[in-house]
Amino acid sequence: MKPAPFRYVAARALDEALQLKAAHGEEARFLAGGQSLVPTMNFRLSQPALLIDINPLTELAGMRKCGLDRVRIGALTRYRELERDPAVAPILPLVDEALPHIAHPQIRNRTTIGGNLAHADPASEMPAIILALGGRLRAQSVKGERWIAAADFFTGALSTALEPDEMLVEVELPTAPSRSGACFMEMARRHGDFALVGVACMLRLDEDGRCGEARIGLCNAGDTPMFAAQASQSLVGGKLGAAEIGTAAALVQRDIDPPGNIHASKEFQRHLAGVLTARALAAANERARRAH
Amino acid sequence: MHTETHAITVTVNGTPYRRSVEARTLLSDFLRHDLLLAGTHIGCEHGVCGACTVIFDGLAVRSCLMFAAQADGHSIVTVEGLAADRHHLHPLQQAMRDCHGLQCGYCTPGILMTMKAFLDETPAPDEARIREALSGNLCRCTGYQHIVDAVKLAADRMRG
Ligand SMILES: Cc1cc2nc3c(=O)[nH]c(=O)nc-3n(C[C@H](O)[C@H](O)[C@H](O)COP(=O)(O)OP(=O)(O)OC[C@H]3O[C@@H](n4cnc5c(N)ncnc54)[C@H](O)[C@@H]3O)c2cc1C
Ligand code: FES
Ligand code: FES
Repeated sequence: MKPAPFRYVAARALDEALQLKAAHGEEARFLAGGQSLVPTMNFRLSQPALLIDINPLTELAGMRKCGLDRVRIGALTRYRELERDPAVAPILPLVDEALPHIAHPQIRNRTTIGGNLAHADPASEMPAIILALGGRLRAQSVKGERWIAAADFFTGALSTALEPDEMLVEVELPTAPSRSGACFMEMARRHGDFALVGVACMLRLDEDGRCGEARIGLCNAGDTPMFAAQASQSLVGGKLGAAEIGTAAALVQRDIDPPGNIHASKEFQRHLAGVLTARALAAANERARRAH
Repeated sequence: MHTETHAITVTVNGTPYRRSVEARTLLSDFLRHDLLLAGTHIGCEHGVCGACTVIFDGLAVRSCLMFAAQADGHSIVTVEGLAADRHHLHPLQQAMRDCHGLQCGYCTPGILMTMKAFLDETPAPDEARIREALSGNLCRCTGYQHIVDAVKLAADRMRG
């Protein structure tokens, strides 16, 4: 099908884009990679009156270090660029491991991290990673800017804490600390499809090899990306042996509410979440010990 | 609602075109209906099948997920721009023919453009890389094996 008529403006400056959005609110949409927005417009599931094309705003693209242990990624940074940037793997191992699972090469040539996060699909990989890592997101409008914690950003299926006049301009993530290991795993019917369930986890060991910090994020385990708080907490201070990992996996299974779909029942998704959590934790633990 | 048009200048297969397009015109429809370059096929119009893949500023993209207005000032290569002239196939086209990489041919333009961009970046790919690069293109006929063979053969020939 074809999209309904709309007005199109290629923004020449961030200010112009923000002013248009402030003036038109919900009626207007930012056009980033277009890889989620345009399919919904083609099917007329979405009929914005105005498209504000932010692709010309190249100042919103790129990754930069921020202090010793944080990194900021501009909203218009495309997955293609992150995938080819050798700086990513050592500091953001979860992002590096997840990128090949996100859609296909042609889609990643256009997809932006800002669009992927603003779209807030519970089956998406990156929202679960941002949550697992405890990142934060910078929103900007004509009125000013604010930082939103990842934990407060995803408010429901396809909905976020962004106000109608706000643009997501940047994401800030902690870089991998020393003595840490991370692992992203997902199960999809075909490579590049949306995950039936996905798990992103990060473990940091303390001086005597016990778990100093654990963070587990999940995709497609509920109607938002999820941070598995109880399961993560259960690992801290422990040995990270099979028993501890088994307990964490069981807590994940207990605490999630998977949506179920034509490819996987709720029960199968719950089963998968447990299996993948255990495997990902074991792999992250192994990696943390090797890095030790 | 009023229909708004945009004046765009876009280079397709080396030829500059100046056209006026409606904001909602998809790049795929612009190529097919305005420029009469119907080699770019349309299978799904939601990014899943890959039949509409063209090369946009050097990168393989879905032309059904972009608007023609976004192409203003940019450069596109479609399947019509692949062969050097009317009498010689591009090495990828020749290899697809030699390896029986197509049956009905509906998916073929998208696969050729995906693989052109892929081989430009990865001149000596192994089979796993080829399959990964092909993962975003659906083919209902061939079972993919002969396409993979063709890409391997084309890569060998192009490296000389
Ligand atoms: C075949 C196919 C397979 C896919 N598979 C996956 C997958 O496995 N995993 C996955 O995560 N995704 C997948 N996707 C989705 C894809 O990654 C999208 O590109 C992504 O979700 C949206 O990013 P975008 O830059 O294309 O945003 P757009 O489509 O341009 O925008 C998406 C939404 O976010 C809004 N928006 C965009 N940028 C901003 C901003 N800076 N501030 C505020 N709002 C903004 C838009 O207005 C729109 O509402 C797939 C898509 C396709 C077509
Ligand atoms: S027609 Fe564009 S991907 Fe199917
Ligand atoms: S040859 Fe028929 S779909 Fe590929």
